[in-house]
This record gives sequence, C-alpha cells and structure tokens, in this order.
Amino acid sequence: MAGAPSSTNDHEHRDIERDGTRMGILDGKRLLITGVLTDASIAFRVAQVAQQEGATVVLTSFGRQMRITQAIARRLPQPAPVVQLDVSDQEDLDALAERVREHVDGLDGVLHSIGFAPQGAFDFMAASWEDVSAALQISSYSLKSLAVAARPLMAERGSVVGLTFDASFAWPVYDWMGVAKAAFESVARYLARDLGPEGTRVNLVSAGPLRTMAAKSIPGFEAFENSWPERAPLGWDLADTEPAARACVALLSDWFPATTGEIVHVDGGVHAMGS
Amino acid sequence: MAQSENEILDGIAELVNEETGLPKESVEMDKSFTDDLDIDSLSMTSIVVHAEEKFGVTIPDEDSKNLRTVRDVVAYIQQAQG
Repeated sequence: MAGAPSSTNDHEHRDIERDGTRMGILDGKRLLITGVLTDASIAFRVAQVAQQEGATVVLTSFGRQMRITQAIARRLPQPAPVVQLDVSDQEDLDALAERVREHVDGLDGVLHSIGFAPQGAFDFMAASWEDVSAALQISSYSLKSLAVAARPLMAERGSVVGLTFDASFAWPVYDWMGVAKAAFESVARYLARDLGPEGTRVNLVSAGPLRTMAAKSIPGFEAFENSWPERAPLGWDLADTEPAARACVALLSDWFPATTGEIVHVDGGVHAMGS
Repeated sequence: MAQSENEILDGIAELVNEETGLPKESVEMDKSFTDDLDIDSLSMTSIVVHAEEKFGVTIPDEDSKNLRTVRDVVAYIQQAQG
C-alpha cells in the first residue's frame, strides 16, 4: 500500500506522498474481517470501504466457503489474503494470531460478521436444544471466541465491531436466531467491560434487513421485505449494504474513541418508530 | 468476446468438477443442478462466482436463482458476453 507511515507529522506533505489521493479514516489500520462470502455480504462491503479508507485487510473463511471467499477476495480494490478460521474450532482459534501474523504485524480492528442457526431454530416452539445451542455457539459465543483469539495481536486502541439484528423485539420468523442475537448483544457489553481496560472498544451495528446469503437461509425472510422500507423514515434499500458498512468502518476508525458497549442502529430509523 | 456454446459448456463442466468432484461428462445441457447433479446452494454459489470470473460476466442474485439447468447457465453467459 502506498500509505504514509502514521509517524509522519508533516500533514501538508502526506497528501502529496499519496499521489494526490485523499486521506482515509482508516489510514494505516490493519483489520481482520470475518464473514465475507459473496459480494452481497455486508462484510465484503466493509472490506471494500475499509480499503478505500486506507486500511489493510485480512479476511477469514473456512470449509466449503473458503473457495468462494478466495474468489471474492480478488474482487476487492486490493486483493486480500484469506486465513482459515472456523469460530467453533478451538484449533483454528488458537492458530489465528499466527496465521494473521503471516500477513500483518498486528491488528487495529476486527469485524465479526458471523451467524448460523440450523433450520430447526427458525421454529420457536419446536426447536430442539441441539438447534438452539448451535445457534448460540456460532452466533453469540463466537464474538468472545474471536475477540480472545485476536487479543494477542490487538493494538493499544483497537476496535471490535459486530453485526446484530435488533434483539429488543420478537420478530416474525427470526425465532431462536433472535434469542442468539440478544445473547450476542449482551456478549458485546461484557467484552466491552473486560477489554476496555486494554483500550479495546467493542461496538455493534444493528442493521435493517439485507438480502445477503445469510438472509436467504432464513425461511420467510420476505416477512421483513415489505414492511421495513415502509416503516423507515429514511426509507430502506434491502439490497444496499453500504450504509451498514460505512457505520462499521466509522466504529473501526478513531472517530469513536470513547464509545464502547454501544449499538448503532443503521436501519433507516425503524427502531425509533412506534409503528 | 463471446464464446461458443460448447466452449462455455466445457468451462462450466470444469467448474462443477472442481467444486463437487463430479466427472465433467456428467454435466450435460439438460441436467438440472439441484435435481440431477445434486448440487446444493453453497456449491451453486461457488460455481456462479467462479463462472463470473472465468467468463468475465456478472450474474446478479436475482438472475442466478432462476438458472435451473446447465443450459440456462450457458445461455445466460452467452447472452451476457454479447
């Protein structure tokens, strides 16, 4: 990357060193981004905007998704390396720091964009504990697992950002995934408590519904599709991941230095409306 | 540059083989990806993503969900290559 080192104090010359490109809010930042599957993934747009804002990005993927992520990683403004990480695999978690270090010498930020629930978890009254526990492990507990795995690499003022879907309410069809998101939001608050003394912030973006691969796997997702754009005072585009991505990038930057344990709603304003 | 139907079919067969291990010969024009070749949605996503790269086309989600058979994909790519 053609970025000037952050130790440069001569602001007047930094733009020139960058061949006329403007300064980005993530200049010099090193980010680990999980959850890039297709170019419709929220995480893909975060990686794209982050690079445009000056960040160096490392992606994670695993299993059968790996080949897709590797192909999609080549579509970023700067093709990004992909390291193996299954958040439910302790060996992968233990090896994460070493794998990331092959590409960057530390991390300033981590994006958690991981969620999974077996189909059975989308039927609230019939779901088994097996279904529910899988949803909780991969969609809630994994935020703690990821933060701990990345901890040895985290710089002094690091930022962990995750994606939620407003868990203050019971939604149609979301069912145990909604419960998992409530747990996820709580995990973020406890992580904020325990990582705060190290200078690491932990915040979430609560995005409105988006037509991603994850959404496709939710039976009856269409239930959100009509009502959301109507209820949002700002309107809502189900196909546009950029608003959520920009909020993630802002939280990964130095522009929220005293904010942690927070949930920023990027939903067109739906969360604030009574009906 | 537009490729011939057979060239595209060969390319798709190669992608299916790389993704699933199915022999290339089993990828015939009238085969359905899900019903005949037993390809699930994750593998289908992989095939579409790699096809976009291989053939230099864009296949948006709203179109790819309508591509049921090998012939559908070949025709789509041929048209997209114009």
